[in-house]
Amino acid sequence: MDMPDVQPHEPAARYADSITKYIVIYVCILALAGVQFVIAYTHLSGTAMFARMLFVALAEAGLALMFFMHLWGEKRGFVLFVLILTGFVIMAMQYGWTDSYRMELGVPYSQSKPGAVQ
Amino acid sequence: MSQAEMSLPGHPVGTLTAPAFSVPAKKMAMWLFIIADAATFAAVLVAYGFLRNGSPNWPTPFRFSPTVLNAMLMTFILVTSSLTMLLGVRAAKAGDKPAAFLWTMITAIGGLIFAVLHLREWLGMIHEGATLFHNPWGTGLFGASFFSITGLHLLHVTAGVIALVAVGVRYKGGRYGADDLEVLGLYWHFVDLVWMFVVPFVYLLNVAHR
Repeated sequence: MDMPDVQPHEPAARYADSITKYIVIYVCILALAGVQFVIAYTHLSGTAMFARMLFVALAEAGLALMFFMHLWGEKRGFVLFVLILTGFVIMAMQYGWTDSYRMELGVPYSQSKPGAVQ
Repeated sequence: MSQAEMSLPGHPVGTLTAPAFSVPAKKMAMWLFIIADAATFAAVLVAYGFLRNGSPNWPTPFRFSPTVLNAMLMTFILVTSSLTMLLGVRAAKAGDKPAAFLWTMITAIGGLIFAVLHLREWLGMIHEGATLFHNPWGTGLFGASFFSITGLHLLHVTAGVIALVAVGVRYKGGRYGADDLEVLGLYWHFVDLVWMFVVPFVYLLNVAHR
């Protein structure tokens, strides 16, 4: 007789962690959000500020994803599936940035920013 | 024939019942929705970045009070509501139905407060002359991107609040179980996660330094 090729199993993420752990993650996320507000009032160039904001936002999102959404407790294959698929789709959207710089520098068909090199 | 006995011709019995990555079907559906929705938000944020980068007179109108202060308060409320959602799911998994229902309703109230603060902010901006196609500070694309991105997020929060109440009540009544609450929790955490990108890119990069 053929046997099922899978065995009964429990969902990997169990939500059995201590409340203390969740509160620590919560405080860390709030602290990182606070860092973003501090960065907003520092005198940095637009690019440097954007890079710092993105880094902190990714750290916040990582904590929320791994511990609040319990992705960390799932099977490794599933974690990779979610991260690689989402990451690939988002990275694939980044192809047009060079064109936005073309718009910024004004060649052709657009206004130029004051001080931009023509 | 039971579901456990179903099989495709030439495949072992039980093949159709094997959940991918051991993740139950409802939860997997929510994860796939989250991946798709993440791509949607990423697309609007990239489009916003493209417009911001390519516009010569992009405005930075947000003052500390009321806009940045309001964004801080909204962030605090949304992250806190994520914690309360987590506590609700945890209680549900432990079989504590009253506590799970209570935390779910507290989460819904948090979402409602967030939505009210957001609408108050919108009304303030509209009062200052900002609309979808025009604003007094610079390129009209600013209003279009701001209201589109925050509006899409607000739509998710509103839908989440409705779902929290609907699922919470049905959970209390016994029609839904802890797994349903867990699936809804994933959605709510995702709404919180998106806000972590909206705040820095839409609000904080447009802070007035004067």
